[in-house]
Amino acid sequence: MRNILAIAQKELRSYFASPIAYIVLGFWALLYGWFFITILAYFVRASMQAGQFGPQAANVNQQLIRPLVQNVTILVLFLLPMVTMRTYSEEKRSGTIELLLTSPITDWQIILGKFIGAMALYGAMLLVTMIHLGLLFYFGRPEWKPVLTAYLGLLLLGGCFVSVGLFISSLTKNQIVAGMVTFAVFLLLWVITWIGSFSGPTVDQLTQYLSIVDHLDDFGKGVLDTTHIIYYLSFITFGLFLTSKSVESERWRG
Amino acid sequence: MIEVQHLSKRYGRVTAVDDVSFRVERGEILGFLGPNGAGKTTTMRILTGYMPATEGKAIVAGFDVFDQPLEAKRRTGYLPETPPLYPDMSVIEYLTFVAKIKGVPGNERRDRVNQVMTRAHVADMANRLCSKLSKGYRQRVGLAQALIHNPDVLILDEPTAGLDPKQIIETRQLIKELAGNHTIILSTHILPEVSQTCQRVVIINKGKVVAIDTPDNLTARLRGSETMYVQIDAAAGAESAHAALSHVPGVTRVVESDRRDNAIGYEVDSETGRDVRRDLARAVVGQGLGLLELRPMRMSLEDIFLSLTTDETPEPAAPATEAGDMVNA
Repeated sequence: MRNILAIAQKELRSYFASPIAYIVLGFWALLYGWFFITILAYFVRASMQAGQFGPQAANVNQQLIRPLVQNVTILVLFLLPMVTMRTYSEEKRSGTIELLLTSPITDWQIILGKFIGAMALYGAMLLVTMIHLGLLFYFGRPEWKPVLTAYLGLLLLGGCFVSVGLFISSLTKNQIVAGMVTFAVFLLLWVITWIGSFSGPTVDQLTQYLSIVDHLDDFGKGVLDTTHIIYYLSFITFGLFLTSKSVESERWRG
Repeated sequence: MIEVQHLSKRYGRVTAVDDVSFRVERGEILGFLGPNGAGKTTTMRILTGYMPATEGKAIVAGFDVFDQPLEAKRRTGYLPETPPLYPDMSVIEYLTFVAKIKGVPGNERRDRVNQVMTRAHVADMANRLCSKLSKGYRQRVGLAQALIHNPDVLILDEPTAGLDPKQIIETRQLIKELAGNHTIILSTHILPEVSQTCQRVVIINKGKVVAIDTPDNLTARLRGSETMYVQIDAAAGAESAHAALSHVPGVTRVVESDRRDNAIGYEVDSETGRDVRRDLARAVVGQGLGLLELRPMRMSLEDIFLSLTTDETPEPAAPATEAGDMVNA
């Protein structure tokens, strides 16, 4: 555990020692704010229209937070490749991987350390958005439990992306290649359901199960379904498992 | 301390290391000599647990590197060919991080970091970013990193590559100081380095061990006959000098090797095991010729290498001559 934390801490500080953390956090804050304002404006107009027909108030959770979470997944899709692309490839390029692999720590400790390090940066990104939520709670009265599940969903979704990103980064020395491939794979996981609606019910069901974004919807509604949690956790485990196999095969090939 | 038995490493069809065996005793410095691509780095990577061998066994500090990698790694310090530095960390941060992952307990970390910084002469750069260090400092921080957990075994891949002459001398001195407490394997392709620092040498070529011996024995063994370099004042004329040298008993061959404005150099071969230096000097001086220089010629690594890799039959052993004997007029 101490070794995992040592690696995680090293990863996190290298994000902040380079411009990556600041660029990612900056753009995230800017774009998340943009999404928030747009959806908020839409929500305000919708609730004023609804007010004309009766005293029924619009639901902040259903009509604001849920679409917001759905929409910011696209930001996660764009930004997380930047976070994960250098994790392994940079170590391989600069030769520091030799230090890690000849130290008395296991491959899994290195992988988990890197995973936690990237997740900590992602956590910092999610923390930034507390400002917007704080505003909602200050001026309105949303329920906090669905917000919590929505953020849990976002965290799990990010975990999936990070585990895949780690795996792809472990395949190459070139971080640009790693970043581009990671982005392409994320995008594929995102649009995988598009084919489903034309290809019959079986394919539709399959692609919906595989789609990394469809599983998020219930979290946004405030529903904690074990199916989705298991999906995400097994996805993360699988990604980390692939990473460990990739690192191991790299050892044999030299 | 280190035992390597029939180690082989194959990448697909390419054999990088082929049936290598050797032993290193506690406190010894073993030199690993060979041209680029000979399998030095691969062997070292196997010993440090970076990659597994295809066949064979390697035991470091009593632990098999494949079966008990963590125990072996805990007792091994490794300086790869390019020092594994993180450019965005300062030297002190970097060494503290390495101390952590090498398992140095928290309360000893600060002391260890300070000790190795003093040892490797990098204390004055403690707060400098690794990316801003010169090549020499990078190499020394790499060495400090290998020492941080006070390992029994040190494996150094070309520790002096890229250093300036003063730094090379300092690094060699440091390595010699470390022997005794540590068992050291170092790789190099510079022969003087081996003869100055190592007690024993493994010469490796195309993945195979071609010779294991002490540096002096190796140099001597590879020399069928003794060769002296003699430089004589040119004023006397080439003819008489050549004749004087040729008449010395024991001399088998005299070849003019270079000629400058006022000096002529000769390579003088003599019978094996016969020290002709006194007779040569007497002959030259007795003829009234000006003796400018007289020294035994050492074989370079290239010569040794060529003879080891091209000669099928090993040449007969000859006693070693003392290095560095030199007569200057």
